[in-house]
Amino acid sequence: MSQQMGDSHRRFLQNMMANGIVDEQDAKTLYQHCCQTHNTQCILDKLDDFIGTINSKLQPMFMQIRKGMSEDSGHQYYALVNMAETDVTRMSSDYTDTELELFRKTMDLIVSSENGKASSTDILNTADTLSTKKLKKSETEHLLNRLVHDKWLNEKRGEYTLSTRCIIEMEPYIRTMYQDQVKVCHICHNIAFQCQICENPTCGIKIHHPCVARYFKGRTEPQCPACDDFWPHEIPEPQRKGKKTELIYMYLHVWVHS
Amino acid sequence: MTQRKRLSNTQISSQSRRRSEVAVAEEEDGDLTFTQPSTSQVQRGLERLTSAQVDQKTAEVVQYFLVKDQKKIPVRRADLVKHVLKDYRNVYPEIMKRVTQSLDQVFGLKLVEIDTKNHIYILINKLEPAEGAPLDNSPTNPKMGLLFVILSVIFMKRGAVKENVIWHTLKKLRVDPGEKHEEFGDVKKLITDEFVRQRYLEYVRIPHTDPIEHEFRWGQRADLEVSKAKILEFMGELHNQEPQSWTQQYRDAHSTPNSTQASTSSQR
Repeated sequence: MSQQMGDSHRRFLQNMMANGIVDEQDAKTLYQHCCQTHNTQCILDKLDDFIGTINSKLQPMFMQIRKGMSEDSGHQYYALVNMAETDVTRMSSDYTDTELELFRKTMDLIVSSENGKASSTDILNTADTLSTKKLKKSETEHLLNRLVHDKWLNEKRGEYTLSTRCIIEMEPYIRTMYQDQVKVCHICHNIAFQCQICENPTCGIKIHHPCVARYFKGRTEPQCPACDDFWPHEIPEPQRKGKKTELIYMYLHVWVHS
Repeated sequence: MTQRKRLSNTQISSQSRRRSEVAVAEEEDGDLTFTQPSTSQVQRGLERLTSAQVDQKTAEVVQYFLVKDQKKIPVRRADLVKHVLKDYRNVYPEIMKRVTQSLDQVFGLKLVEIDTKNHIYILINKLEPAEGAPLDNSPTNPKMGLLFVILSVIFMKRGAVKENVIWHTLKKLRVDPGEKHEEFGDVKKLITDEFVRQRYLEYVRIPHTDPIEHEFRWGQRADLEVSKAKILEFMGELHNQEPQSWTQQYRDAHSTPNSTQASTSSQR
């Protein structure tokens, strides 16, 4: 089934290398742009096949374009991941050893927390315990900004979470390093950090917020899918695809059929 | 595969080859320990390795080139052998053959040896920059804008410009090499160090001047990556003038088909 790669595939891959991660809509826009530039056929539903062709050639290089969900919005994302080094060494060309150590400690904090978050205060305190070199407060703050900018961490009101890119890319690393602590979502079976937890002490399963929204949609008496206990949490509304998205779809539709 | 031939012709002028030798002379010793193995040595080496081992090493070298390319740092063969190839140095030619092919076939990148004496490599994008590309928010872009201005000045002044001219031009654009710029940081360091290391620019001392003076020239990467015709078009728009009105520059821009991109587009 593996098709030959053409310049449209190569251009798509180069863009993925430059961006690291793109959401599904941007990926489709990019797919369309690449096909248009090289006069090849663009079938929007076949984006995953198009990426499959790239992946079949990337595989010997231990790289892959992998799909994953944002824990926040539930939207799908594509990230270019390096499978040769599932360790944080993937980032080693951009960060010093000290900076990587702080990032690891931040991951420790997030993974061991109840809610999948670490406060900036806790991270700043950790910065005093680094073995390689102490980081000043301002240096740590600067580093955290860079990690957010480079899409490894998300920040909201002084609290840090692992970004979608980080989770997609580091999943094998997280699963190995934090075997005992890490839990997967009962619905989608991916690692879960931002989630709701069943309050039945003998159950305690986790479900991502967007997965909760989709699973319990329209059910009046939500029950835990594992133990059938009442699900006591607020059920979020499923996130609709934004206006921007619909416009792009319309535009693409017109373009494909013209 | 016409582009391969064309490229080797324009790879480097003998003049620039001599200049870059000076630049790397002090770090050359590392390469002395490495001699290119013979065909029969490679053959014997390959017989002792499984194909999975060769694939693995090929992947490592490809990744090494890609990582270096993100920062536009040229790769020295000596470093490659020392840090990546290690025990596989006896099959170096075979690995490089596969690496070249992967970079070309999968990534659309061309591996170019810009210095055949010291064996220094860079990657050149084979795909032409496309109009209206979405998601083009790479952080290097403002720097590339600055570089484009400098390359334009050098090109319009026929290849070499004293550094004072560049500093003066940039000051007019409110980029002061003596001050920290919010986008570029240390402007002087960016231009005389980073761009030079990336081989976009050459920064050479003018002989017999007191006090010491330097001049800028195009680096080898600029020769391979940047279209002179595009620069002339840009200047034409800026000055509201036909590109042809700069007779000499127009001839320069259209006599040397330096870009590898020109040759790939014909393959479509």
